[in-house]
Amino acid sequence: MENKILVFLEQRTGLIKRSSFEIASYAYSLSQKINASVEAITIGKEISNIEETGNYGISKVYFYKNAELDLYSSSAYKKIISSHIKENGNNLVLFSNTSMGKELSPLVAVMNDGALAVDCTKLEIENDTVKVTRPVYAGKAFMAAELKGDVNVITIRPNTFPLNKISESNAEIVVKKIDDLDLSVRVLEVIKSDSKLDVTEADIIVSGGRGLKAPENFKIVEELSQVLGAATGASRAVVDAGWRPHGEQVGQTGKTVSPNLYIALGISGAIQHLAGMRSSKYIVAINKDKDAPIFQVADYGIVGDLFEVVPELINELKKIKGNE
Amino acid sequence: MKLVVCVSYVPDTASKINVSLDGKSIEQAGVTYILNPYDEFAIEEALKLKEKFGGEVEIISLGGDKNKESIQKALAMGADNGILLKDDSYRDSMTIASGLAEEIKTLNADIVLFGKQSVDYDNGIIGQLTAELLGYNCVSVVTKLEISDKTVTAEREIEGGKEVVITSLPVVITAQKGLNEPRYASLKGIMAAKKKVIVEKTPSSCDNKVIIDGFTKPAPKQAGKIIGTDASAAAELVRLLKEEAKVI
Repeated sequence: MENKILVFLEQRTGLIKRSSFEIASYAYSLSQKINASVEAITIGKEISNIEETGNYGISKVYFYKNAELDLYSSSAYKKIISSHIKENGNNLVLFSNTSMGKELSPLVAVMNDGALAVDCTKLEIENDTVKVTRPVYAGKAFMAAELKGDVNVITIRPNTFPLNKISESNAEIVVKKIDDLDLSVRVLEVIKSDSKLDVTEADIIVSGGRGLKAPENFKIVEELSQVLGAATGASRAVVDAGWRPHGEQVGQTGKTVSPNLYIALGISGAIQHLAGMRSSKYIVAINKDKDAPIFQVADYGIVGDLFEVVPELINELKKIKGNE
Repeated sequence: MKLVVCVSYVPDTASKINVSLDGKSIEQAGVTYILNPYDEFAIEEALKLKEKFGGEVEIISLGGDKNKESIQKALAMGADNGILLKDDSYRDSMTIASGLAEEIKTLNADIVLFGKQSVDYDNGIIGQLTAELLGYNCVSVVTKLEISDKTVTAEREIEGGKEVVITSLPVVITAQKGLNEPRYASLKGIMAAKKKVIVEKTPSSCDNKVIIDGFTKPAPKQAGKIIGTDASAAAELVRLLKEEAKVI
């Protein structure tokens, strides 16, 4: 059976996201292993980096262009994607597991009477069977499943598959008009948060917990974040106490993250926190309590007073950053 | 205003999760179950909407008998009625949503609320699936909600900020932490809830298209090295991050 894969390329600011190119790369690698073709679809007003999709092995991108779609509209998007799938006979549709991908993929799955699996960290096609693995219980376990839809819709966790630039050639862009634009659910405006980087999109995260002792002491966490170009995170305890906004919370009832480096300052490491960050590539813990569970998952630990260690750490980092 | 809240019953986030020996299921021994934490925000929002606009709050849960405990808790918080769509067998997200949608259709709901995800399978898709099956508008991961006449204005959390979404009733909303402060059930509420009858119904059966092959635990992480006990360890940490881990 020929698989016809469709990759949804997500943009919010006129730039296709890195996580979309990750799934483009992976879809291309799948097409090299099995009998499959890959095309991509994107939606918006102006998008400056569409051609780049060709670098990741996808030679054709359908661009549904409309001046009314400067901002996201789930009602418009779901109809555009669904009718494209029907017209082109796609049987595997890939989204990135972002706030947009996670909202749209179920709508598209229902409209195509398909099967849906979200937040997958593995995707294979063996003998025409679509197999996925996805974390459950915030990563305390993994579930392996098979999808039996005529159309299978899958979202992939960002940072799961590497970007793989295989050529310098540009993708062919097919600009499509939108016949029947449904704006019944639409975004009026986007409000950026004060903190520059979101924990789900950062390569490095510096998180603080109750060991910071008071909300004003978080400036030390922010300062370390700044030196490292990192996002600032927080434990549930300090979010519940109102010291930090919920958007920064890492853990089972906050965000699940897997950055290259996670630095935990004054965080003991409750099960629900570990569940949200244990898949980070490297973990550093700085905590006064040598028995804190965070040290069980840390690659590097310093058992000491963070108010003494962190300023020194900032100094040392400034030294090496100065030499670069 | 007819308000419906769909609730689930999930392991407490403090629970250790173990996989059964045959790798086919999650061990039930020693696991404490609770009302899904995000559902509390959905219930609270429904109660606030009822206080403002009048009407009724209906609680629906699809699952085994145990799910009555979640319904009970919602009733104790102040919801009016509870329905258990009783099915002990495995259902994938789509067939859970179709069971819920089938029931909600008969209720003529103006607003249907869900927690933004259940903290067991962490899918975060049942609300959207149900909305599309009902033909309702949908806004997910909502941190602020305003209803005026038929117009719905909601703020939803996105990467690096939030977006303001406008739509109209009827609507499905999935609730994120920050939407409100869920109330505690009063003693009076708990007593009143005990007197309420939870209606049991059997949802239509349907075919799952997502078949679970099994579960595994993540590979245990090796505890790393303690490189020091005071500020003098900072230089060594920076060296290790740069030369060994190569992450800075």
